[in-house]
Amino acid sequence: MRYFPLGDAAIVVEFDSVIGPASNEKVQLLAAYLDHHPIVGMIEYVPAFTTVTVFYNPFLIRYADAQARLEVAVQQAEGIQLEQTTRLVQIPVCYGGDFGPDLEEVARHNQLTADEVIRIHSSAEYQVYMIGFAPGFPYLGGMSERIAAPRRSSPRLIIPAGSVGIAGLQTGVYPIGTPGGWQLIGRTPEPLFRPDMSPPTLLQAGDKVRFQPITEKEYESWEGLEA
Amino acid sequence: MTIRVLSPGLLTTVQDLGRVGYQKFGVLASGAMDTMALTVANLLAGNEEDAAAIEITLLGPQLMFEQDTVVVIAGGNLSPVVDGVAIPLGRPVYIPAGSRLTFGKAVSGCRTYVAVAGGIQVPDIMGSRSTYLRAGIGGFHGRALQAGDVLEIGVATRSWNVHFKNITKVGVLPWGASHELQPIYRDHAVLRVVRGPEYDFFTEKSKQMFWEKPFRVTPHSDRMGYRLADVPLSLTDPLEMVSAAVALGTIQVPPEGNPIVLLADRQTAGGYPRIAHIIRADVPLIAQVKPGGLVHFTEVSLEEAQELYIQQEYSIQQFKQGIAGKLVRRD
Repeated sequence: MRYFPLGDAAIVVEFDSVIGPASNEKVQLLAAYLDHHPIVGMIEYVPAFTTVTVFYNPFLIRYADAQARLEVAVQQAEGIQLEQTTRLVQIPVCYGGDFGPDLEEVARHNQLTADEVIRIHSSAEYQVYMIGFAPGFPYLGGMSERIAAPRRSSPRLIIPAGSVGIAGLQTGVYPIGTPGGWQLIGRTPEPLFRPDMSPPTLLQAGDKVRFQPITEKEYESWEGLEA
Repeated sequence: MTIRVLSPGLLTTVQDLGRVGYQKFGVLASGAMDTMALTVANLLAGNEEDAAAIEITLLGPQLMFEQDTVVVIAGGNLSPVVDGVAIPLGRPVYIPAGSRLTFGKAVSGCRTYVAVAGGIQVPDIMGSRSTYLRAGIGGFHGRALQAGDVLEIGVATRSWNVHFKNITKVGVLPWGASHELQPIYRDHAVLRVVRGPEYDFFTEKSKQMFWEKPFRVTPHSDRMGYRLADVPLSLTDPLEMVSAAVALGTIQVPPEGNPIVLLADRQTAGGYPRIAHIIRADVPLIAQVKPGGLVHFTEVSLEEAQELYIQQEYSIQQFKQGIAGKLVRRD
């Protein structure tokens, strides 16, 4: 574990230099702690795979003091019971067809049938390691190597919001229309970015996720997850 | 109380000091590129420093004021003119109903801010009125301004009656901010930086060139980041980086070697080596460098950088108090 400055108004605590469930759990513990006990002068914090970055106002706190207080927060956070707050979110996905134009390609690449790819993708439980890249975009851990597939050689100029994709060993959902090179295997009717709600994203770092296959008909008539 | 957009200019958006507290959800900070110019314009207009104003980029819009309005323009000098009369920067200007504000040549800098007494009235989305172009939210309907748009002006909390009495044409007050708050923008900017976490992983030659050579700002520079050229930098060995948060002013170096300075619309996380960070006090300066301009980096310690930040913040608060003493609060 190490602490270092990120410019003159942020401090990073890095729990490990490689991605894994253990260091990410420490990230989630510290995030949960900072939600209720922000350090003096904290503006916001951003949790990532193995780090938490705390942005602070140097007018209110200097670096040395920020580090001292963050060290205390890290110690305090170790005592939190995270299991009680972990959520499991089911995300409905209509696989294949126009919604998942690369499903067949992913299947071919792994010598599987499209149905097998769907079954493998929807049977795992994923961990949201961090949110980033786009509002509400989850970096998910836990995808099976059996459905891994390289990025497309030429990225699409626009990937529709809700698209579920695979890139290497990662899977994720595009919350807003963006360019991108992921292999698209399906689409969810459930919005991942909801700027009018609090919090503004369906998923948060630390959540568990499952994908639930739905038909095209169910997609069209989808009315949202039950609260 | 409205402003009508007759022509939009190159990229004209509504911005404030940005969206704070939502980066953990992947939501960009957004906000003014030159936060100092926005702050100065707002304070001189009798607003809070974080009120929403109009950010204008290089080619200005044509704006029609549909009622008498007190306006402050601050930032780059894009040659503002009201009905044929040149308007000074950084001064409260009284603009009578029916007047047109237009812009001309970019004499210095490339972004200017139009603050109006009362602020631009757009919905507060996640604590900010800034435009988030990629997500299509915030600001004016989540997009850059277009011809025909009508912007609402909020209710001014301070009274200008004493200062603009019986006035029927354009009037200017001789108020202004100090040089410290209204710097001179140069197309060869010297920017102070602190070292980044991966500084030591760059080759000796790269580190030397980083301090000695000027970098050119390429045309592919925008609100997300400034892409620099002419001085390619390399690591001694490839580095496996895990994506993590980035900061305003972070100078990251992708494998091809040309640095990118992350600015207002930066993504919330990144995974490139960070050679340095422009100090917060100097971030507004790079936002005013035009494509084709040059930037030069000079090192300060973290302690110096934070001292400079604090000094700047003191100056802003002092200036704010000075304005408050001149403008009485409306009941």
